[in-house]
Amino acid sequence: MPELTLVEAINLALARAMEEDANVVVLGEDVGVNGGVFRATVGLQQRFGAARVIDTPLAELLISGLCVGMAAQGLKPVGEIQFMGFIYPCIDQLVNHASRLRNRTQGRLSCPMVLRTPHGGGIRAPEHHSESTEAMLAHIPGLRVVMPSSPERAYGLLLASIRDPDPVVFLEPTRIYRAAKGQVEDSGEALPLDVAFVLRQGRDVTLISWGAVVKETLAAADELAGHGVDAEVIDLATLKPYDEETVLASVTKTGRCVIVHEAARTGGFGAEIAALIAERGLTSLLAPVARVTGYDTVMPLPRLEQRYIPSVSRIVAATRKVCEFA
Amino acid sequence: MADDGLPVIARFEVRRRSYLAPDGTLLRPLPDFASDIPTLLALYRGMVLTRAFDLKAVSLQRTGRLGTYAVSLGQEAVSVGVASAMRAEDVLLPSYRDNGTLLWRGTKMEEILLFWGGDERGNLSCGPAHDFPYCIPVGSQAPQAAGVAYAFKLRKEPRVAVCLFGDGATSKGDVWEAMNFAGVHKLPLLFVANNNQWAISVPLKLQTASQTLAQKAIAAGFIGEQVDGNDVIAVRAAGEEAIAQARAGGGPRLIEALTYRLSDHTTADDAARYRPPEEVQARWKEEPIARLRAYLVSQKAWGKAQEEELATECQKEIEAAIERYLASSPRAPETMFDHLYAELPRSYASQRAELSGGSDA
Repeated sequence: MPELTLVEAINLALARAMEEDANVVVLGEDVGVNGGVFRATVGLQQRFGAARVIDTPLAELLISGLCVGMAAQGLKPVGEIQFMGFIYPCIDQLVNHASRLRNRTQGRLSCPMVLRTPHGGGIRAPEHHSESTEAMLAHIPGLRVVMPSSPERAYGLLLASIRDPDPVVFLEPTRIYRAAKGQVEDSGEALPLDVAFVLRQGRDVTLISWGAVVKETLAAADELAGHGVDAEVIDLATLKPYDEETVLASVTKTGRCVIVHEAARTGGFGAEIAALIAERGLTSLLAPVARVTGYDTVMPLPRLEQRYIPSVSRIVAATRKVCEFA
Repeated sequence: MADDGLPVIARFEVRRRSYLAPDGTLLRPLPDFASDIPTLLALYRGMVLTRAFDLKAVSLQRTGRLGTYAVSLGQEAVSVGVASAMRAEDVLLPSYRDNGTLLWRGTKMEEILLFWGGDERGNLSCGPAHDFPYCIPVGSQAPQAAGVAYAFKLRKEPRVAVCLFGDGATSKGDVWEAMNFAGVHKLPLLFVANNNQWAISVPLKLQTASQTLAQKAIAAGFIGEQVDGNDVIAVRAAGEEAIAQARAGGGPRLIEALTYRLSDHTTADDAARYRPPEEVQARWKEEPIARLRAYLVSQKAWGKAQEEELATECQKEIEAAIERYLASSPRAPETMFDHLYAELPRSYASQRAELSGGSDA
């Protein structure tokens, strides 16, 4: 089994999906000849032709609107927005159309599209290239929001997203595009879209995370083991709709929970999980739920971005505090 | 700018198409289809039915039996003319005011009432199953139309996407981005700008300094044509030509249909706040139904008896539809979950149960 980076796994899944279904088309800025600015679509246009791998004009709203029209016509469009900072012109299409076309036509039309975009900080990129605003998208009924944190899950979850009959926003953590490596078999097997992944079993505390910062969360769990804390680590992977049962089962077992995400705290998706635990898991809690997140500030430019992104030490410190709560 | 002897590198033309003068007399020889009187009678009936239906819908709203409704009064020739130029297999992407277009394509009146009466089932539509429902956000349907047209081109299907929007929509990036892409890929796509002069309270001159809306197509690399949007023969002729060109692989076209919104923007609007009644009165002299009727009468193809018969027939059809609409019951509350996703995710089960009054642990 070859070892691939996360972005190579994305490329592999795209090629696989295009190979097995002629309705799959890829579109976006620079996705054709150039293979995407991160090379996620490299080689696809040579292999599948310019009609199915479309270099669009520089217009994000257009890309999302094209996806809606194509999907309603039975194609399976996979649009790429070059960075999440440029996804906002697509919000009208996502909120008013993609996510509700099935409902507003009572099933007469549907919208099986995927909108992929790299997101998150840590690559010393210019302004507007580093934000994590997944909670905005996870608020939209009718949408699925998926965020892989390893090459294997990127491959399996992207295949699932493309095959899914409803619209999916697929957020790819830029920081681990190449840093994350793993064995990926081109099996064509998808991973389930509403299941969280338990990456590490533990008895003392549940650490819940998603995206790039899963890496720091796992590292924190290793360090915590040295302090005698046995942490369970859950990669939520799909934020909308998310796997409530896995979260609750874990917290029921451990009685303690720390939620780690890169996005700003207030109204972040961690708040939703904390609310779920308060509603349905309160009696098993031995300590207040804690959050380790980005601050409620504007994402700083690269000189300070590492101070914004949750670090291993912040996660360890917060978790120890939760574990010491009597 | 002084010419400084610099060469002119491009010149553009925009043509305007019209056949019937406001009094129904001919301005130039008619296109072939218009020599067939039954065809003209069908267009006439389509416009009369649309107007009668619109007015009835307003009275339903005024009496609390319908929600906000967008009237197409005065613009029936655009709706009907465009619809009549389409084939069933083509895909319509309408704006919220294209009632006549939907009716022509087979959507039932009770379905339109159901939608504006607050029930998604109205969008199930007995029209072509691939047609889009009314687009409420202005102009969002344009990039979708480009996506639909791209699918046709990719699959080599001889079908055309037809996208209608108002003059206000041409100020949005959505419409421009769609036209730009359609030009690049020579998509089988007809854009129709229903230029009714008013975007709620904002007149065209505050919308754009462009001499015509049609010329916006030129920058996207294809033909933009202006038509008299109160002349159903002109709308249909322009539509047929554009759709035939698109179907044959000749790429997109923009039709700017010059018309006038004789009504308020919607039942929630009061146009007297921003435009003088004299302006509206003057525009009544140009409206499309009287114009075609005058021509039909001049051809001895229409008269008072037929007019009365048609009015009665339309009223009967509309009343029957209203009865069916008013007799319908709201859908069961928990069905709001039924078409959210193809399959309801597990985590929604408890909310659905909560709504339906059932228990869920």
